[in-house]
Amino acid sequence: MSGDFDAIIVGSGPGGSTAADTLTAAGWSVLIFERGKNHLVDLQRPSELLHEFSNDEIKFWNRHFLGPDPWLEPRTFRMNAADGERRHVGEVNNLPATVGGGGVHADGKVPRFREEDFRVLTELGPMEGATVADWPFGYDELEPYYAEAEKLVGVAGVAGANPFAAWRSGPYPMPPGAPMYCALITAAAAERLGYHPYPGPTACNSVPYDGRPACNNCGFCAFFGCPIHAKGDPVGSLRRALMTGRAELRPESMVSKIRVTNGRATGVEWIDADGEHHIEAGRHVVVAAGATETPRLLLLSGLDHPQIGRNLMYHFQTLTFGQLPMRLHSHKGRSVTHLHDDFIVVDDEARAAAVAAGLPWLKGGLVEHGGAAHPILESKLYPWGPEHKNMMRESPLRDRLAGLTMQGEDVPQATNRIDLDPDVRDVHGLPVARITYQPHRHELAASAHYGPKLETILHEAGALWTRTSTSPRIGPEFRAGSLVSSSIPASRHVTGTVRMGTDPLTSACDEWGRLHQVPNVVICDSSPFPTGAGYGPTLTLVALSIRNSRALTR
Amino acid sequence: MARFFDSSQYAIVQAACARLIPTDRDPGATEAGVVDYIDGFLGAFASDPPLIWAGGPFSGRVGGNPRFAVFHRLSQRDELAWRTRIEGSKGIPERERLGPVVGLQERYRAGVEALGADFVRLSLEEQDRRLKEDPEFLELLREHACEGMYGAPEYLGNRDLTGWRYIGFEGDVQPRGYTDDEVSKP
Repeated sequence: MSGDFDAIIVGSGPGGSTAADTLTAAGWSVLIFERGKNHLVDLQRPSELLHEFSNDEIKFWNRHFLGPDPWLEPRTFRMNAADGERRHVGEVNNLPATVGGGGVHADGKVPRFREEDFRVLTELGPMEGATVADWPFGYDELEPYYAEAEKLVGVAGVAGANPFAAWRSGPYPMPPGAPMYCALITAAAAERLGYHPYPGPTACNSVPYDGRPACNNCGFCAFFGCPIHAKGDPVGSLRRALMTGRAELRPESMVSKIRVTNGRATGVEWIDADGEHHIEAGRHVVVAAGATETPRLLLLSGLDHPQIGRNLMYHFQTLTFGQLPMRLHSHKGRSVTHLHDDFIVVDDEARAAAVAAGLPWLKGGLVEHGGAAHPILESKLYPWGPEHKNMMRESPLRDRLAGLTMQGEDVPQATNRIDLDPDVRDVHGLPVARITYQPHRHELAASAHYGPKLETILHEAGALWTRTSTSPRIGPEFRAGSLVSSSIPASRHVTGTVRMGTDPLTSACDEWGRLHQVPNVVICDSSPFPTGAGYGPTLTLVALSIRNSRALTR
Repeated sequence: MARFFDSSQYAIVQAACARLIPTDRDPGATEAGVVDYIDGFLGAFASDPPLIWAGGPFSGRVGGNPRFAVFHRLSQRDELAWRTRIEGSKGIPERERLGPVVGLQERYRAGVEALGADFVRLSLEEQDRRLKEDPEFLELLREHACEGMYGAPEYLGNRDLTGWRYIGFEGDVQPRGYTDDEVSKP
């Protein structure tokens, strides 16, 4: 198959794979480009999987198996212009560059957003220094696509378990999997304090689903590829698209430019694994490279809409850990199994905290109960010498460690942005993405308000001690073993950067993800999000990708 | 037979790792062959495919085909990245895109030389004192010692699962996994 594709899709993660599935189901021919390698699906026999993922801490944590290699494809980072051109070159918040993208490494918590997340400006109002906006449509419009996305990805959960959840038209496709012992303990403590924990909707099979087996609780979940493909990595969508015979997947192929003539995209320029440059024609270009690489590609293509790259959002993570007296064996199971939404809901206390901080309002985020760790990561936290092995046997920072992570909502700021680094080039010779990012004081105030509540939960659970930190870190950077606590956000929940809206002055794409400047370029990832919500973006971006792709074929 | 270290370097790194993760009532870095992990990494390209990424999906320790030992082939670009990291940029233009890189091999050569040819014969206190003289090399050695102690044995450390056994960690458990009761109960 070559030339003249109905659509060229850039990126094979959850957004691109969903677009491929949706478009091929409508009879379109698609060509999917993926800059990373293919460890997922046999391209000759797409019904077969490659099975190259494994329970191997060195391969996934220490040696960049999922890519990108930060030396081949670095990014640069600065907090603001006072840092000069950049303060860091290398790894900045990398999502995997591999067939399947961010769907491969995620531990698969896939909540929906709530109704008010689509109308933050209307419900809560503007905030100084932030570009708070409503989405161009509401939850009711997206609900059917959410339902479809849950079926597509394969989500296990319990409808009605979360009293703050948005309405839903039907049950989850699967019942939840086994709850972690540790999460049961902290969830029970949270409940005693009046909070409302529930089994988190998880893209991880509790029963065989879509030709993939049930999860067997191996525990190598967050940041690992699933060896048996029980996670909702995009293999289901990709495999289905490839088996139509109307999709071609080209791994290790870097799209360097979208070709635009007279306001229409005509195809892409791309670079193969040997460094050779090529051109491919297509009638539409679907960009699903993630909220960092998507604006980079648009900027590399010479698209100069002033909104491209702006309003970059992460989650401001508040991480509270505590040592429990008993062993928790959190290396068994799905990394995180319980969530609570109480800190997303603006209550009287949050309103008072906002007033005290001089803010119009304040929102926290989803709280995750659990968190696995493996022994290499743990061992690097302990001192060397005789004490090392005593600590490893006692395991205060792994086997007895309970963790709560709040994925705090990050308000959009025009100054937080992706642009092209003026000097640093990747292995292809292309300018790399430069991230300019610093949190708004809203995030700091929300973290200061909710952090102590997280500690109270762990104390109620019986913690001997608790510690709270944040990512990005507030204050000076420090290094402990291989863990660098820095001003670079650790959250892989990246959104914004190609904002959608109805006004071409204040948004870069319309409500269907079509660029105002070049309407046959359609964004199918988390880049169009006007606001980030306090929830992981994956299910919402899959729902958007279905909606945007289907609109294309009408 | 070492891949990278000569016999003197091998003995010095082994003795240094024994200070980082000592042998006590349980075996330590020496018994786990941590030095072999480091030597295997520094000499990764002495094998084909190189010892960078072990295979998948199963090791065979709890069933399934033992595929960890079949290392992945590297693409041309991966080889460029890993050779640059391990061997250094050595003035080769394509390895200096982001500036000159001091390779791990060079850092080990220099670090081991600074520990001294007499390192293995010193008192333990004196060994610790010498280790602390170069905090950057000590940090590198400590990180690699941890990986060699607690990583999968296909990377040549964690011999006989020494590192996992003494902490009660079962390591890779696919394709068996854990039962729901093992996940949810104390």
